[in-house]
Amino acid sequence: MANEVVLLGYWPSQYGMRARIAVEEKGIPYEYKEEDAWNYDRSPLLLEMNPVHKKTPVLIHNGKPICESLIVIEYIDEVWNHKSPLLPSDPYDRAQARFWADFVHRKVYGAAKRIWTTKGEEREGGKKEFIECMKLLEQQLGEKPYFGGDNLGFVDVAFVPFYSWFQVYEKFGKFNMEAECPNIIAWAKRCLKKESVAKTLPDQHKVYDLAIWIRKKLGVE
Amino acid sequence: MEEQNKVVLHGMWLSPFAKRVELALKVKNIPFNYVEEDLKNKSELLLKYNPVHKKVPVLVHNGNPVCESLVIIEYIDETWKNGPKLLPEDPYKRAQVRFWSKFMQDQLFENSVVILKTEGEAQQKAVKDMYEKLCVLEKGMKEYFPDGKPEVDDNNIGVLDIIFGSAFGAYKAHHEVLGLNMLEADKFPVLNSWLMALVELQVMKEAAPPHEKVVQFLQFLRQSALSSTSAS
Repeated sequence: MANEVVLLGYWPSQYGMRARIAVEEKGIPYEYKEEDAWNYDRSPLLLEMNPVHKKTPVLIHNGKPICESLIVIEYIDEVWNHKSPLLPSDPYDRAQARFWADFVHRKVYGAAKRIWTTKGEEREGGKKEFIECMKLLEQQLGEKPYFGGDNLGFVDVAFVPFYSWFQVYEKFGKFNMEAECPNIIAWAKRCLKKESVAKTLPDQHKVYDLAIWIRKKLGVE
Repeated sequence: MEEQNKVVLHGMWLSPFAKRVELALKVKNIPFNYVEEDLKNKSELLLKYNPVHKKVPVLVHNGNPVCESLVIIEYIDETWKNGPKLLPEDPYKRAQVRFWSKFMQDQLFENSVVILKTEGEAQQKAVKDMYEKLCVLEKGMKEYFPDGKPEVDDNNIGVLDIIFGSAFGAYKAHHEVLGLNMLEADKFPVLNSWLMALVELQVMKEAAPPHEKVVQFLQFLRQSALSSTSAS
């Protein structure tokens, strides 16, 4: 039976990185197609596969699209369930994993965005909230090597893409991640030793250069 | 034995998020105790069980809290395997159900709050946004349901039925307070027929708060919001 997997992504997008790490962790052969989010002419394939949001990532499995990064991770975990489980098997642990992935998705992303796309009070507010989120996540990680325990799990995959943006947050927020939350940095570096993560996360400098370009484009100065 | 499988739901009577969980528990025939929370004076227990968001609903199962309504619903479905399945078995269909659950949650609720709490141009804009999103949902549900027709029955209630029913079930009260009917049959035939079938279900009727109480509370929320806007 054919198992054709195509992943539509955009290289600096944390959402796209999540989907890519998941397919790589599972060792699934796939074709990656880059979609430039700043090119307002979306490709016909993207428009056909995600007509509702017109956004990446989209996982296309045997011609059928799955959208929304966390939904993509769960789908991958359910279909390719023979190796590298990303969600735990116990329902309560699964609920905790889903809760923290949702926390990263809604709270961390919003606060982080304010740090580099706004200024003044709004930026300070974003920075404060972001650091609070990091400390909560540090608490949640505790002594475990990964949020998933001994191996990468749902929350690790949802959160580690943000590491490639840390330099952006540090430079615009004027703070130091290592000083504020050393365990998060240690965790991220541990994740980067995994091939799936190392292969997927872009270089922090490259992301920083892009952030400068986006800020100019948005007129934030 | 009494303490095994002790289920408590912390909710608020008008919260559609809490209502979803209440419906999920009832659909699965899970006995539970309900704790009504005063959101202006949250209980210590609520703050202990949901220190991160401090919100309802929280499901407490044998003393262990689960937060976030969609997370809770999946937990219920995975823990109590008897009774109707709230999510389909097939992974692709599950992904579709999760997609539309998220769409309804992210795109519809906030808009409906803005519509309730504003007037004039601000309200008109929110109504227009809501209309556009409902068009997307109409198309999506037409493609999702076999033959484009919602199939609703008491023995087969799923998470999309629960979310949609709890979001729009009080449509009569909204109409009375706002003079707006968002889900007209001619504009949204699939969504309208789905809603009309859902509100007739036994479990929905039993869980629906009294119409007058909803009207009064919506009027109160609207008046408070409008008078604080004009005062500032």
